[in-house]
Amino acid sequence: MLEKTRLDLFRGTLDVLILKSLIWGPLHGYAITSLIRRQSDDALLVEEGTLYPALWRLESKNLIEAEWGLSENNRKAKFYSLTEEGRRHLRQETKTWEAYAIAVAKVLGATQPPMTEEA
Amino acid sequence: MSNIPIWRRFDRLHGPDPAADVKAELRFHIDSKTEDLIRRGWLPTSARKEAERQFGNILAVQHIGERMGEHMERRRRLTDYWTEFRQDLRYTLRTLKNNPGFATVAILVAALGIGANVAVFSVVNTLLLRPLPFPDSQKLVWFIAGKSIEDKARTAAGLSAETYTVDAYQEFQRNNQSFAAVTSFQTFYNSLQYKLTGSGEPKQVAAVEVADNFFPVLGIQPAFGRLFTEQECQKGGPPATLLTWYFWKTQFHSDPAIVGKAVTINNAPVTIVGVLPESFDFGSVFAPGRKVDLFVPAIMDFWRTWGNTLAVVGRLKPGVPLAQAQDEADRLFPHLKALHPDWFEDYSSNLLTLKDHVSGKLRRSLVVLWSAVGLILLIVCVNLSNLQLSRAATRSKELAMRRALGASRSRLIRQLLTESLVLAIAGAALGLVFAYAVVFALATQGSIALPLLSSIRVDGEALAWTVLIALALGIFFGLAPAFKMSGLNLQESLKDNASGMGAGRRHERFRATLVVSEVALACVLLVGAGLLLRSFLRVLDVDLGFEPSHAAAMEIDFHPGKDAAKYSADMQTLLQHINALPGVESTGIADMLPLDRNRSWGLEAAGKSYPKDYNSTVFVYLVSPNYIPTIGMRLVKGRDFNWHDRADTQHVIVINEAAARREWPGEDPIGKFATGVDKNPVQVVGVIADVRESSLEEVSSPEVYIPMTQNADSEGATLVIRTRIAPDSLSSAVLGALRSLNPGQPATEFRPLQSLVDHSVSPRRFFVLLVTIFAALGVLLAALGIYGVISYSVTQKTQEIGVRMALGATTGRVQREVLISTMRLALIGIALGTAASFAAARLIASLLFATSPWDPYAYAGTVMALLAVAILAGYLPARRASRIDPMVALRNN
Repeated sequence: MLEKTRLDLFRGTLDVLILKSLIWGPLHGYAITSLIRRQSDDALLVEEGTLYPALWRLESKNLIEAEWGLSENNRKAKFYSLTEEGRRHLRQETKTWEAYAIAVAKVLGATQPPMTEEA
Repeated sequence: MSNIPIWRRFDRLHGPDPAADVKAELRFHIDSKTEDLIRRGWLPTSARKEAERQFGNILAVQHIGERMGEHMERRRRLTDYWTEFRQDLRYTLRTLKNNPGFATVAILVAALGIGANVAVFSVVNTLLLRPLPFPDSQKLVWFIAGKSIEDKARTAAGLSAETYTVDAYQEFQRNNQSFAAVTSFQTFYNSLQYKLTGSGEPKQVAAVEVADNFFPVLGIQPAFGRLFTEQECQKGGPPATLLTWYFWKTQFHSDPAIVGKAVTINNAPVTIVGVLPESFDFGSVFAPGRKVDLFVPAIMDFWRTWGNTLAVVGRLKPGVPLAQAQDEADRLFPHLKALHPDWFEDYSSNLLTLKDHVSGKLRRSLVVLWSAVGLILLIVCVNLSNLQLSRAATRSKELAMRRALGASRSRLIRQLLTESLVLAIAGAALGLVFAYAVVFALATQGSIALPLLSSIRVDGEALAWTVLIALALGIFFGLAPAFKMSGLNLQESLKDNASGMGAGRRHERFRATLVVSEVALACVLLVGAGLLLRSFLRVLDVDLGFEPSHAAAMEIDFHPGKDAAKYSADMQTLLQHINALPGVESTGIADMLPLDRNRSWGLEAAGKSYPKDYNSTVFVYLVSPNYIPTIGMRLVKGRDFNWHDRADTQHVIVINEAAARREWPGEDPIGKFATGVDKNPVQVVGVIADVRESSLEEVSSPEVYIPMTQNADSEGATLVIRTRIAPDSLSSAVLGALRSLNPGQPATEFRPLQSLVDHSVSPRRFFVLLVTIFAALGVLLAALGIYGVISYSVTQKTQEIGVRMALGATTGRVQREVLISTMRLALIGIALGTAASFAAARLIASLLFATSPWDPYAYAGTVMALLAVAILAGYLPARRASRIDPMVALRNN
């Protein structure tokens, strides 16, 4: 039902969303997809095929770390959590994103052309 | 969630498995999704299919995961490794900082061992391993005229046996298939013949006459200018000279426009055609310990009638082995004989690679030197092991603690090895500084007559060698202590002092073994050094046949004229003039001095028939009246020459005892006649005691002295002065007197005769000095080892000793016991070392002079020295033991 509004995620965007979803604590991969979907009111659907490579990439960049644990239904699962570096990276990226979104919104929300700078 | 499930832990025991991890992670995802879908009303059968469909290409993702996992695993291992290494390093540095005494001693000991090894390696590399400093030098061949190399030594015909006539040389050039080219140089070069004037003070220069293709055959290109042309090497050709780099720099101040300029040599203009490269050092290859200033063309037609004067060098054609060239030289033999039917009966040619000619004789000495320095490295290694173990007592608890906290044994070994490697590398760095200093000193000194010495340097190979021995040293000296210390019994070590004794005792036994081997190695070194030192003293003790002290020599510009009577009169005036100088006792002139240069001619007793292969060579010296007593030779019989021996009187000679024994065995030679050394038959008027003419080690050969007043065939003139005062103080007065008679007299070195002897023994002195230093080092290290072990053992036994003293043991008895245990170690080491020395001494037998390899003095001296050192090293701990206060020792428990 939401096929029309489903948005494709840029790779950089996916990384930020993953980092953000880990801010409340360690999660396994499936929980991350669920969290992003719910948080975006089902607007953002993370493609599972790209989620895991992204997770491993972040892990190899030391932005997140992984540990095996038990899931809610008592099954072995790999939990990811933010590293200090990941937290810093997230703050940085968030700022960039906000600036970017505001700029894009300004352009798209414009009602008249800007005044020409003439003396 | 942070607790690792049991099964993972189990898994980890076999190492991480990234593939399994990825599979498990993805399975969990699909499973969770399937469950979700079922909760939302999907049928279980289709739910899984839908979950897999939504996921996409699972296999591809799995593949990516495996690859990334493996990559990260590798990186993690590396990171872990470096982290641990950094930890070890930090820990090591902290430990060493807390034990500055230990660290300093260990690094110094390692530096001495490594430095000595690198310095000796540089020498060995230059003299033995590295090719000669000529392109493709292994193809260069040296021609020897004697029957064989051993034969050459036996006939002792000196330089004449290594040289050829011009005809023979040209025969080699014409009739050979094996050589790309054959060349030669004049060996009877003499600084006197070349007087450089017109640029500053008149100066005698050392010039070598070379054949036109000499430099091309060696592969030497001029630094600038050009080499000699064929025309310049012909009789009557334009006079030309090539300067050595060093002479161009010192005499001509590196004048860049030197080529084409003329200099005045022997009062005639000579054009400088080029300057040889800095890397070319003729002396270091062909005449060790001498410096050559310039080269001039050898005019073959001039030298044709002079006998054996040319040193011959050939360059083999590519692919031709030396043996083939030798076969060819043998086939050439009849031709050579035909050229000189009356020459040496044993005329032949023996080919030797130039490298063997230059350093072959040194091989054994260098191998011995290298072995000695290798022994030092072994002793250093044992010593460091010992030092390391001596800290075991203080460290055992710390190590046991780390063990208990989960560090594996291999981890501890790694930690301990890091420590020994750090020490070894620090030692190597310091050792390199030592080696640089030693090598610099060797390369820049000029008095040791060893070939190639000036080109010794610490090069890339020496650096590689340094790294190699530093690593080997670090690992070897660290390994035994690391195994010993890491294998400590946990309970034993963690318990308090008293019960830790078990491990301590085991260490002590091991350390005792180390000390014994150290003493044994030092013993071998000391015996070797003792034998060489005794040989050296024997050499210095040799009866030279002349008296070098209180005498000096100076080469003078005194050319024989055609008129022997005038020559004789001039010489008499000159000698009277010099004799009148205050302080001068006696003067004489000879064309060459013993131990300096030599030449040989044939001599036959008149009326005697000789077998076909009789060797009639004698060393020939042309001398003035009064020369024989001036240089200190002893007249055994008959008379010396005097000014009444003139060209028109009976020609006379003085011979040495060796010549008398050979030519007139059992007869009185005085008054006998001989032929061969003069155009006329000569009569023997005197016999002198034998003189060492070629080296101190070689027995004297037959010699003939001919008066200059009757024979003007001399190659120069060396003025010898015997004086009551220090020879040096006479130098300017003598030069003044010479110049008053001959204003153009060049100034030459006024050298004490002792310098001839010093020069002659310098290689032996060099080796003996180094081996003695190494032996002293070995003994010092052994002493350190003994002291360390005994003093540790006293510390360990403090309580025991305290108890015994409380029970009435006297201090004398305690001291005696400590000394006895020291002596036991030393004696075992000495016994083993002496046995090893017997085997090793055979290897150096050929280097010994008048000394048996079983020389009792060397062995007795070694045993005494080591015992003395052991007593000294044991005495301090013994005294400490006897001062133990029983009350304090017991209370400490």
